[in-house]
Amino acid sequence: MLKDITLGQYFPGNSVIHRLDPRTKLIMTVLYIVALFVAGGWLSYGLMLIFLLGCIRISRIPLKSIVRGMKPLVIIVIFTGILNLFYTDGGKVVLKLWALTVTTEGLKRAVFMVGRILMLVSGTFLLTYTTSPISLTDGLESLMGPLKKLRVPVHELSMMMCIALRFIPTLIEETDKIMSAQKARGADFETGSILQRAKALIPVLVPLFVSAFRRADELATAMECRCYQGGDGRTKMKLLRYHRNDFTALGIGACLVAGAAVLAAFGL
Amino acid sequence: MENIISAEHLRFAYPGLDGAPGVTVFEDLSLQVEAGSFVAVLGTNGCGKSTLAKHFNSILLPSGGKVYVCGMDTADEDRLMAVRRAVGMVFQNPDNQIVANVVEEDVAFGPENLGVASPEIRRRVDQALRQVGMYEYREHAPHLLSGGQKQRIAIAGILAMEPKCIVLDEPTAMLDPRGRKDVIDTVKKLNREKGITIVLITHHMEEAAEAQRVVVLHKGKIAADGTPKEVFRQVELLHSIGLAAPETVELCNELNGRGAGLPLDAISPEECAQALYDWVKA
Repeated sequence: MLKDITLGQYFPGNSVIHRLDPRTKLIMTVLYIVALFVAGGWLSYGLMLIFLLGCIRISRIPLKSIVRGMKPLVIIVIFTGILNLFYTDGGKVVLKLWALTVTTEGLKRAVFMVGRILMLVSGTFLLTYTTSPISLTDGLESLMGPLKKLRVPVHELSMMMCIALRFIPTLIEETDKIMSAQKARGADFETGSILQRAKALIPVLVPLFVSAFRRADELATAMECRCYQGGDGRTKMKLLRYHRNDFTALGIGACLVAGAAVLAAFGL
Repeated sequence: MENIISAEHLRFAYPGLDGAPGVTVFEDLSLQVEAGSFVAVLGTNGCGKSTLAKHFNSILLPSGGKVYVCGMDTADEDRLMAVRRAVGMVFQNPDNQIVANVVEEDVAFGPENLGVASPEIRRRVDQALRQVGMYEYREHAPHLLSGGQKQRIAIAGILAMEPKCIVLDEPTAMLDPRGRKDVIDTVKKLNREKGITIVLITHHMEEAAEAQRVVVLHKGKIAADGTPKEVFRQVELLHSIGLAAPETVELCNELNGRGAGLPLDAISPEECAQALYDWVKA
């Protein structure tokens, strides 16, 4: 059951978007989010939607899996929609229910806000769906490179992220093993109140932590044996390089922000 | 032949907690490993095998005496990286020595640390993966591989640093027989074809029998040292320190106890079968 957990949900593929430099994709995502927040009218929202659908189409990620990924957001989306629907003044009154009024302006705001959240989330999904965790980490390390001058431990952070990603499956496997061992000795994880079930997990967490520390110790020794001395003087096997497609993509991203800004200025 | 590793009057004790007396592992141990040789170190649990291995690349430093690697003193901090570059180390648990979540990225970890240029890293990684027979798996996630495969990845990770010597600390203890054979075959091939010195720490007699030289450690001292044939024929000695000889030698020894005059240096099953055949015929 624990095996089903996946992080980042990377869909291996070979589309143009998959092959873009991770840095390009990160920058594009930021540009896209900025454009989304700049957008303010039907036309600009339409533009963003077309762009998003276009990207999903090119990446060949099935639309279904993006929709499935948004399930946990249903409550937030409904909540936002209702709030905006009832608490926006202005425009013609469409419906009146006791103290609640729905106006045309409220309807418009509700649609925009819900659309914004959905498009924002699907845009970021597209990033994690098309970029493997390791290249995402590489991209982040490279983009945050200038922060090293401000003494931000950029290399250490990305190394930590990389090791965390590496050990997630190992630790999940270990948790499964410990839980089976406890079950074999009569532990009960499935029945009882939430509090009881939470208490039953303590005997699982203790050995898990102990073994995680032991693993960390061994890993540290193994890394030292392989001459690890931190980020200074380290080289990389795979160098990140911008190609022609990356420049095109970044150009499109810039146009998107500019377009959204111009449209917003005219209130479209 | 030149010695690649040389321990001279090595003394080592693990420090005790809060001023309590520590545990002395070695009092006065001297051991030389010739360049290009394949040495197996045998011993029961707690005899100091792993402690000794950790002295070979400066993870532990001697409390007394010296350890030299390629003529460099392992206690010399300025030479630390040079020592670790010369002697690579493979540990028991393959899971706890793989750093990255893609096989080739993990193999590249060592050379990346050494600051090797990118195209050269690529070349070394491909070469190392081919040498351990894992090239087809270069883009796999390590946690989906079997124990033997992971251990071969760990060996490739050391190979990519182009060491002169590889120390393997019970590399097969957590593997099934198939994985064990793959790892030992890989190690033998590296020794034979690339001339890399191998120090194999193990408690499997069959693995030790593959080496050119066997060193038996007992309570921090060398109890026996010689070719497998020389060491394993001392069946009584091995038994007295809690070890067993390979099954073939044990069989011959048992039969000798009942009056047969079998040679005790028939280690491989073929040799043993031949010896038995000759004996039955005679």
